[in-house]
Amino acid sequence: MRRYSAFAIAREALRHHQGWERAWRSPEPKKRYKVIVIGAGGHGLATAYYLGKNHGIRDIAVLDKGWLGGGNTGRNTTIIRSNYLQDPSAAIYEKARSLYETFSLDLNYNGMFSPRGVLMLAQTHHEVRGYQRTAHANALQGVETEFVGPERVKEIVPIINIEGPRYPVLGGLWQPRGGTARHDAIAWGYARACSGMGMDIIQKCAVTGVRSEGGKVTGVTTTRGDIDCEKLAIVVAGHSGHLADMAGFRLPIESVALQALVSEPIKPCMDCVVMANTVHGYMSQSDKGEMVIGGGADGHNNYTQRGSFLHVEETVRALVETFPMISRLKMLRQWGGIVDMTGDRSPILSKTPLGNCFINCGWGTGGFKAIPGSGWAMAELVAKGEPGPLAAEFGLDRFREGRFIDESVAAGVAH
Amino acid sequence: MLILTCPYCGIRCDETELAPGGEAHLKRFGPGSTDEAFEAYLFERENPMGVHFERWRHAYGCGRWFLAARDTVTLEVFGTYKAQMPEPPEEIVAAIRARRPEWEGRA
Ligand SMILES: Cc1cc2nc3c(=O)[nH]c(=O)nc-3n(C[C@H](O)[C@H](O)[C@H](O)COP(=O)(O)OP(=O)(O)OC[C@H]3O[C@@H](n4cnc5c(N)ncnc54)[C@H](O)[C@@H]3O)c2cc1C
Ligand SMILES: [Zn+2]
Repeated sequence: MRRYSAFAIAREALRHHQGWERAWRSPEPKKRYKVIVIGAGGHGLATAYYLGKNHGIRDIAVLDKGWLGGGNTGRNTTIIRSNYLQDPSAAIYEKARSLYETFSLDLNYNGMFSPRGVLMLAQTHHEVRGYQRTAHANALQGVETEFVGPERVKEIVPIINIEGPRYPVLGGLWQPRGGTARHDAIAWGYARACSGMGMDIIQKCAVTGVRSEGGKVTGVTTTRGDIDCEKLAIVVAGHSGHLADMAGFRLPIESVALQALVSEPIKPCMDCVVMANTVHGYMSQSDKGEMVIGGGADGHNNYTQRGSFLHVEETVRALVETFPMISRLKMLRQWGGIVDMTGDRSPILSKTPLGNCFINCGWGTGGFKAIPGSGWAMAELVAKGEPGPLAAEFGLDRFREGRFIDESVAAGVAH
Repeated sequence: MLILTCPYCGIRCDETELAPGGEAHLKRFGPGSTDEAFEAYLFERENPMGVHFERWRHAYGCGRWFLAARDTVTLEVFGTYKAQMPEPPEEIVAAIRARRPEWEGRA
């Protein structure tokens, strides 16, 4: 794999860009791998990457039914933050955020991580108390956040209306090192690095069955033939329940649609991410100038990647109230993804009833920010067969034991 | 836009009139049951790709709970029925079978 560099650009400029090699190979699947990862989204690819990088396991296939990064990873609004209330969440999200800071250097691929700051508005007294509490928790966890008053909010985001008609802004939780990244580039960067380590990324290869014998997985059935493996990692977000069904167990997960939209591009007007959880909307501005907008998830099960219009309406209404200047913006595109919601709104990184099968799911509406940390923790779980400190609290057994990691109380919209 | 007919007032309700309530026909377990059964009742869900039975409330209408049979992949609605039914009624099952001959019944 040739390195990308300023020198490479100069070299290619001189020969009409004929020398760029493909970022990853597209091989035929082999009969057998040490590890099969189902799902070439960010989490699946990062899992494979850290299996290679941290644990020296490179005989890996990453299978995807569509194209890599075409699931939620390529559909999300890329908010990255780690200002969570509960310690296990703060640990894994902050690990991820810090790995995002060095992603481009580590992977020799421009992930466009932009630590522009994330501001979560407090618009009720309940939220003020909640975010003050989170800021204190974050101080203990070593996550840099600050509770700011309305004047400071207006300073950070001049286009905001702090005296909104329904919910005036009473303050906000400010994480200056939060921000955004380029979603596709994160998937592509990991894919290129995995391919470079000799792993096979196999696209258009849907898993249709999980074969097992005596409580252990022996391999998978796919649309491109049977493939055997020593260990299986299921990392398929909204399709987790479906894959678990193939493997013979159930999950505390429901799949629902979450939507996003972008406006026509306008001149730079907002240089951070703003989330308004009480009114259900959030917004940032892409490098192209589009306002990137999202809101709440649907409430009913759905696998169609299309959501209900009423949530688009709710989101836009909330944001027009918060940012009156966007009221006449035209929206260019709108889309949806199928997100995997758990009972406590926290993810699952876990062993399963099948001894050599592991699952990573439940990131719901907010897993893009977690990709590097989740891959790191999942790789450790798959390599050692036991969770390390980052994953330990996120096992499936927490639902039986009542050890919830309850982030749903901390934020209504958890992107 | 999802449209469901409320089996009590017969009104065709636009989704904005309704509140979703999750999987229907859950078997309830409480004190005295095993931890496994209690966990499964509280958290584990069928979440199928295909035929799904679910609870809805006619929130901005008569306010009552009812049940619906819907396909989560095509968004087709097979029908709605009253919340007091312990199992989907025959005509709903027939409507599903007519459209989904391969359907294996409720898991
Ligand atoms: C509209 C929207 C906005 C969001 N905004 C944010 C945000 O601002 N910040 C944030 O942190 N998170 C956000 N999220 C959540 C985030 O996108 C997800 O949590 C994250 O991308 C999940 O990554 P993943 O790799 O687990 O899943 P995915 O990227 O969905 O990858 C799973 C892959 O599995 C494949 N697959 C499924 N079934 C099979 C099968 N049978 N065989 C083979 N392959 C299969 C799919 O094709 C898919 O490529 C948002 C999500 C949506 C939908
Ligand atoms: Zn009614």
